[in-house]
Amino acid sequence: MKLDAKIPEGPLQEKWSRYKATCRLVSPNNKKKLDIIVVGAGLAGSSAAASLAEMGYRVKSFCFQDSPRRAHSVAAQGGVNASKNYHNDGDSAFRMFYDTLKGGDFRAREANVYRLAECSANLIDQAVAQGVPFAREYGGYLANRSFGGVQVSRTFYARGQTGQQLLLGAYSALSRQVAEGNVQLFSRHEMLGLVVIDGKARGIIARNLDTGAIERHAAHTVVLATGGYGKIYYLSTLAMGCNGSAIWRAHKKGAGFAAASWTQIHPTCLPQSGAYQSKLTLMSESLRNDGRIWVPKKANDPRPPGEIPEEERDYYLERRYPAFGNLAPRDIASRAAKERIDAGFGVGAQRNAVYLDFAHAIREYGIETIRERYGNLFRMYEKITGHNAYERPMMISPAAHFSMGGLWVDYELMTTIPGLFAIGECNFSDHGANRLGANSLLQACVDGYFILPYTIGNYLAGELGTGKISPEAPEFETAEREVRDQLGRLLTIQGNRTATDYHKELGALLYDKCGVLRTREGLRQAIDDIRALRADFWQNLKVPGGAEQVNSELEKAGRVADYLELAEVMCYDALTREESCGAHFREEHQTADGEAQRRDDQFQFVSVWAYAGPEEEPELHREGLVFETIQPSVRSYK
Amino acid sequence: MFRKLSLPNSLTRKNLMALTGLFLCFFLVIHLAGNLQLLLPAERAQLQYNHYSELLSHNILIKIVSYVLYASIIAHTIYALVLTLRSRAAVGSQGYAYDRRGAVSPWYSRNMGILGTLIFFFLVVHMANFWYPYKFGEVPMDMAGRKDLYRVVVIAYREWWYVALYVVSMLVLGFHLLHGFYSAFQSLGLYHTKYGRWMNWAGRAYTLVITAGFILIPIWVFFTKPTPLP
Amino acid sequence: MKIQLKIWRQENARAQGRMVDYELTDINPEMSFLEMLDVLNEQLIQKGDMPVEFDHDCREGICGQCGLFINGRAHGPQEATTTCQLHMRHFKDGDTIYVEPFRSRAFPVIKDLRIDRSAFDRIIQAGGYISTRTGDAPEANAIPIGHDVAEAAFDAAACIGCGACVATCKNASAALFTGAKVSHLAMLPQGQPEAAERARKMVAQMEAEGFGHCTNTGACEVECPQEISIRHIARMNFEYNRAGALKK
Repeated sequence: MKLDAKIPEGPLQEKWSRYKATCRLVSPNNKKKLDIIVVGAGLAGSSAAASLAEMGYRVKSFCFQDSPRRAHSVAAQGGVNASKNYHNDGDSAFRMFYDTLKGGDFRAREANVYRLAECSANLIDQAVAQGVPFAREYGGYLANRSFGGVQVSRTFYARGQTGQQLLLGAYSALSRQVAEGNVQLFSRHEMLGLVVIDGKARGIIARNLDTGAIERHAAHTVVLATGGYGKIYYLSTLAMGCNGSAIWRAHKKGAGFAAASWTQIHPTCLPQSGAYQSKLTLMSESLRNDGRIWVPKKANDPRPPGEIPEEERDYYLERRYPAFGNLAPRDIASRAAKERIDAGFGVGAQRNAVYLDFAHAIREYGIETIRERYGNLFRMYEKITGHNAYERPMMISPAAHFSMGGLWVDYELMTTIPGLFAIGECNFSDHGANRLGANSLLQACVDGYFILPYTIGNYLAGELGTGKISPEAPEFETAEREVRDQLGRLLTIQGNRTATDYHKELGALLYDKCGVLRTREGLRQAIDDIRALRADFWQNLKVPGGAEQVNSELEKAGRVADYLELAEVMCYDALTREESCGAHFREEHQTADGEAQRRDDQFQFVSVWAYAGPEEEPELHREGLVFETIQPSVRSYK
Repeated sequence: MFRKLSLPNSLTRKNLMALTGLFLCFFLVIHLAGNLQLLLPAERAQLQYNHYSELLSHNILIKIVSYVLYASIIAHTIYALVLTLRSRAAVGSQGYAYDRRGAVSPWYSRNMGILGTLIFFFLVVHMANFWYPYKFGEVPMDMAGRKDLYRVVVIAYREWWYVALYVVSMLVLGFHLLHGFYSAFQSLGLYHTKYGRWMNWAGRAYTLVITAGFILIPIWVFFTKPTPLP
Repeated sequence: MKIQLKIWRQENARAQGRMVDYELTDINPEMSFLEMLDVLNEQLIQKGDMPVEFDHDCREGICGQCGLFINGRAHGPQEATTTCQLHMRHFKDGDTIYVEPFRSRAFPVIKDLRIDRSAFDRIIQAGGYISTRTGDAPEANAIPIGHDVAEAAFDAAACIGCGACVATCKNASAALFTGAKVSHLAMLPQGQPEAAERARKMVAQMEAEGFGHCTNTGACEVECPQEISIRHIARMNFEYNRAGALKK
């Protein structure tokens, strides 16, 4: 596997401008002869499909939800970062680049991260033009708030529904292109296979989830925008349908999978209340602007929070990280919470949570101000838990949230399969080993609106002579047969355990051994356990019904089958990285005071995994990270 | 026939419902103002009311308005019918097995069609009693030589069951107005929060005055039993 | 808790459906409504039956994909709450719960409780956007928008497209859904140039999809999980009438 990041020459600040000025273009009359498939219709997918269609390409857009407006970008609450420096607090593209790179523990490419920061301001302009109702100050200008891991206010927001509003903006742009006939929309379609012809991605095999029909779709290039695979942990902040199947199946056709184990465990989620639980709801990180996190100083303290006096409370984030306090980055906040919970200081019926307390903020600003800032979040908290957070502290707990890892892509967002692009959360690119809050909406949008429209043209300019791709090609035949075979296998086992049952067991296993804390022993054990579980899955799975009908159990089973393979790569990824960085914390590699110990001398690279065949150990490749502009430092938030 | 009557779409039809409805609301004010003369002392009431009735039936302007009025009633009824059929189609054939939707909106707002139908039947009775005899029937003359509509009215309201029919019908009208007045402004596009609220209150005040006024007259006549002069 | 369920089962779009009885024991009051259905489905699969198909995805009240008619109410008895955020603690031990799909001719049943709401997509496609191109946007702060205007626009933009408004409407009208989008964009300076034309096109599409008309009962704003006001329907009517008045 050849890993050429294709980073343009020149100083950091000029790389993207140079690329844009020199990349190849496709003329308008040729664009309409070129077909593009975009899989996924969240922020990345919708923004890409809309932009590409607007440019004149013929686009087919796929999503498994019943409408693109429901893709899980919709659930992002807190905001989107942009280095507009509206607050005159010293922000700039360079500072944002540095914050993001440092937040990711210096495990991302300089050039990619700088481009993200550089394009961030354009995104706000674009969203406002689409009618996204961002919060405004009384003078009518855009408001900002601060988020974890930075010391400036650069987060734009629309109450607690920023993701929804940005997605609806992209969805409206997409809808406009659908109406104009430039985009064909295939909702309730799931991609089950990638078609590669002569080494290039040329189409997909999709299943119509409303009828069960297997369909072939051909194009000159395929864009994956399928989001993260955090649902692999079963209990996560992701939607029930979120999955890693599209990228995993692309991986099995030759796309390198990077940094699989770098998954973010978000510190402020609602704790699990029972075995029936299907998801863990995220409470926006913005709450940490005003909420203070604490646990009792006494282990297993049975008293309710109101009866624990101030001096018997341990504000552990403020204690350990005085400079950033409650706004320490997510990986650090999650680890600190887990450390307290594991040490017996957890609160709540299951002793699996910590308090997020607004009493001080309410005293300082008044209840009305707090209600205006977080009213919808407090209401959501009450709906789910039945408790009033104005009166007693919230109980929160870490939960799987974001995948920094994903398909390896070069500077042009192309995977190791020519013609296969990966954008948004499903790629590995800009966040390194840990993502800063409010950067994920940004990356999804920037990839879709501003980067892919240039880089895809650079690729497609070489495809003008290819002609129409035929879905009758033998490669389509083979790919379709593979898909049908797998569906058939899943249906014929007729054992005694449901897909959800396997998913829950896998999730618990990963939380335990490949979650916030990881050890060599644990990971080795996990690999064995996953293999055993996978073998059991193919022996004892039970899927009712058939393939030629609506069958959500069959959909789940296919996704769990892929998770059972991906989980193993995650563990190999974590096992071979003998250092701690960002969200990846190996207990063997920590400083005396329990902080992550990075080992730049040996691990300043991104692990890229190649598929070696069924039941084979994956092959490790390395993309070295070169820092030309800045020097990696010890990441300290103290 | 319905196809021809169905304007481009339901918003246009709703506009028509609103405009005709508001015109009928306006008419009710005039009608009530005239009828309040029935509350005057008997002798004066008789002369004044009959004079007023004659004025109405001979003025060319009033004549034109009355044709608009009839047209409004017919249009309001027909479009209500068209919209109801369309609503049936939109809802589809499969209803809910258990339906508690009534809990989230006032009953009268959901039953405007039924209220309207009752009002329509009332109108037929009402016109058969007063309008038809006045226009085409034999009505005695009063002292001033005018048709004595006053006598017809007073005699009618001496029957308790007739008064009861009127009171009930006016309550039906009241609930129709309570929703209709507000709904008309909503349909025409009064979206402003503050003025919308004002209009909401204006609608309630209007409904109260019209309903109470029209109920008062038959009850007043029934209990005071004024004797019309021969 | 013990719960009796009466659930709409329908094999496919063409089949005849019916209400089927199920009984569940050991329901934890902390479960969400959908988690209760998950428990039922796991049991059905174990028994060799087909599970109940229902729409859901994010399970945090924002994607708008879940939508069940529970005990005679859209999204169940709690106001301003989606089905996924409804919890079993709002029911009593021994309760009988009716579960039906959102009904309207424009929302055909696909299977069991799963419905087709693509009509909503087509209404947006008819004009629920501002015609701007990627990359040509002016500086975001170039057009100041008052705090209250932005907040009011957000109130309308918060629509999650679940269809509860249609399900609860006695006329199966999509006026609140359409009105919310028309109003959101008409309130913002960026959206004003197209406001009248947008209203005209979206209303025409709403009509073509077979939704009913609005009789202003206000049921939709009560059942709307995002509490969108019917004032936005009035705004749509206003913009629509303005389009008619301005037509050359």
